[in-house]
Amino acid sequence: MVEVTLWGSLGAIAGGKSKVEIEAKDIRELFRKLAEQYPGFEPLIEKGIAVAIDGTIYRDTWSKELPQGAEIFLLPRLAGG
Amino acid sequence: MNFDPRYSGRNFTSVGTRPLRPDGVDKVTGRARYGADFNMAGQLVGRVLRSPHAHATIRRIDTSKAEKLAGVKAVITAADLPDLTDGDAAMYDILDNCMAREKALYDGHAVAAVAAVDARTARQALKLIEVDYEVLPHVTDVDEAMKHTAPLLNDAIFTEGLEEKPAKPSNVTKRTQFGHGDIHEGFGRADFVVERSFKTEQTHQGYIEPHACVANVSSDGTADLWVCTQGHFVYRQHCAQLLGMEASKLRVTSSEIGGGFGGKTHVWAEPVALALSRKAGRPVKLVMTRDEVFRASGPTSATSIDVRIGARKDGTITAAEATLRYSCGPYAGMWAEIGAMTAFACYRLENVRTVGYEVLVNRPKTAAYRAPSAPMAAFAVESAIDELAKEIGMDPVEFRIRNAAQEGTRSSYGPVYGPIGIGPTLEAAKNHPHMKAPLGKNQGRGMACGFWFNFGGQTCTDLNIGMDGSVSLAVGTVDVGGSRASLSLVAAEELGIAYEQVKAVVADTSSLGYNDMTDGSRGTFSSSMATISAARNAIKILRERAAQMWDIPIDDVVWEKGHAIAKGEKYGNLAALSLREIAAASGKTGGPIAGHSELVADGAGVSFATHICDIEVDPETGATRVLRYTVVQDAGKAVHPTYVEGQYQGGAAQGIGWALNEEYVYGKDGRLQNPGFLDYRIPVCSDLPMIDTQILEIPNPNHPYGVRGVGETSIVPPLAAIANAVSNAAGVRMTHIPMSPPRILAAIEAERGGRWSK
Repeated sequence: MVEVTLWGSLGAIAGGKSKVEIEAKDIRELFRKLAEQYPGFEPLIEKGIAVAIDGTIYRDTWSKELPQGAEIFLLPRLAGG
Repeated sequence: MNFDPRYSGRNFTSVGTRPLRPDGVDKVTGRARYGADFNMAGQLVGRVLRSPHAHATIRRIDTSKAEKLAGVKAVITAADLPDLTDGDAAMYDILDNCMAREKALYDGHAVAAVAAVDARTARQALKLIEVDYEVLPHVTDVDEAMKHTAPLLNDAIFTEGLEEKPAKPSNVTKRTQFGHGDIHEGFGRADFVVERSFKTEQTHQGYIEPHACVANVSSDGTADLWVCTQGHFVYRQHCAQLLGMEASKLRVTSSEIGGGFGGKTHVWAEPVALALSRKAGRPVKLVMTRDEVFRASGPTSATSIDVRIGARKDGTITAAEATLRYSCGPYAGMWAEIGAMTAFACYRLENVRTVGYEVLVNRPKTAAYRAPSAPMAAFAVESAIDELAKEIGMDPVEFRIRNAAQEGTRSSYGPVYGPIGIGPTLEAAKNHPHMKAPLGKNQGRGMACGFWFNFGGQTCTDLNIGMDGSVSLAVGTVDVGGSRASLSLVAAEELGIAYEQVKAVVADTSSLGYNDMTDGSRGTFSSSMATISAARNAIKILRERAAQMWDIPIDDVVWEKGHAIAKGEKYGNLAALSLREIAAASGKTGGPIAGHSELVADGAGVSFATHICDIEVDPETGATRVLRYTVVQDAGKAVHPTYVEGQYQGGAAQGIGWALNEEYVYGKDGRLQNPGFLDYRIPVCSDLPMIDTQILEIPNPNHPYGVRGVGETSIVPPLAAIANAVSNAAGVRMTHIPMSPPRILAAIEAERGGRWSK
């Protein structure tokens, strides 16, 4: 079970929660279960959500494991120049 | 991804050296081929008709007279680029930006295009196209556009991110918020509070090379596109989607690039050129004029930002908040959101809140510009930080060091930081001789910090070893800042051979797997990871071949310094086999030797910089002169230090132009008044001092060599560092970028109640 913190506008999709607990071993499973529990996440996941694991931001490595006790933070997927 | 990206702490032979840049001679002698240098037999000249109105309904377009003109081979409008975006709102915006549909949304918005046998005929044809406009009220100012009375650009826009959907549409597409703690409690504990409002004007990336391409659609539906871009694979995806093609039928080849800085990350004219070629049945070259580049491509947001920061007497910040309003042009964006995330990222804050508003205006579609949105936010925050330090009576560097984020700090945008480099850049700045150099009359010193995220992304690389032992490296990230040299160094390092033995090229989209574009400072970070992976795969094959040549098990063969070595005393008489020897025998040991890699490079690691700047202000005219400039930035590992220094200097130079001169000026009619380099003044060499650099190397734990992105962070601090320097020199806080001479003079006069006579 990992605790996932949601950035501001994502909280509304999760019924106003800023944190949710999800049983997930990696980013792929996290996204799948988030979409199952909160269908509003699906289009956002499709567009792109970044996952910060202990401060390191992952945008596309859905196989990245979520260590127990790690800080998991969902962020908007940003543009660069 | 079967590749371990963790930092290994190795010693380097090639990486960290400074070979001469391989593209330098071609670029300075004119041999390098940029977007407009490609030509095909029978190619036509493409030209675009653009709206003269800032906001207008397009009632009717009559192209019949243009089509009848001798020499005109195709005329297109939005009808020739139908909406195939299938509900993808971002792609629809790109399509509408390439060719207006119901409305022209800014001065310069494309409404039709022609392909003709020569430029003169094409220009004549444009004059024969009749467009019936119904001119609408317009708004170009970000604050004006937020008012309830402002003309609406899109009446289907209802602000997202509010607790309840608003009852009426507006020009504000989205509200976002970041932060933690209780700012009211924090401000309650503050002994000093600084509260200021700031504005920054819209600037262009100022790339010297205009957008340029040659499109050739064949009768069988396949197509080629030669184009100046930061991401030819992304351009292929965009063009294929917008024209209803399969991506594999469109081959895109990137040219040399004369600057992009984020402005060449999505398509502008390329789908138009392809549509013209498809209709005409001939190749079409389309090159934007400078006027078109300014009016219809690229610019960054104009902004309006409120900042409030409170601190105790001992210099501890107790609370910070900012409200950031960013213009997006006529289409939704996430520019204020990025500003809200980066604004306070340098600091360790218990209580922080940032709110961003994305605002539609009748200006060109906002594009990314080098660490997009961060420089404006840093300008506002770092100006207020400087002012607060003064109020408390602390040295501004010491004040920042006291409040700098560190490992374990919760960032203002959410996650807790791992190892980061803001502290070391501040300490290096504090100890830099520049900080202690004396200043003369009317001179001021300023400093500021900056933050940027850095990204990775999808990356694919091929490493091919020729039979002579030379190495061809095919990469898919466009070289915007010297990555071909850096990646050659990385391949040489990994293979244990000389840099001169490696030649890197940017492969076209049919020759290599998909690559994300070169943005987010990812070029060298991502492609070096893929190059290391490809080289290691090639080394495995080289060992296999050596084992064959020796007729021994592969497990007994190791790779050291460019040679296969048989390990163990029983092979004591076997001389090491060089890469050249193994390559020469490859035809008899299994054929060509190559290493391939496809991976997602992630974990780029955030980046920080601190800049120091000395400015002299002429109190009579408000003119400024940059006397000295120093950049201190963490590179993780500088693969080719000269290029890294070039990135630092380039970011500072662009920031100096942005801070002091560059500005989109709109008339009351909503038309851009200065679409050219004479009236939109970017800095030239005589405006700049030699920009000093100091590279810090705090290894990125998520890259085998410790590499971080370096391209963007260097443009984040300059607006603030220069504003602080000008404010110190002039004795008045500057709150409006650019700090052009009239604006400085006005600020001085407003502060002193008359002409400055010190």
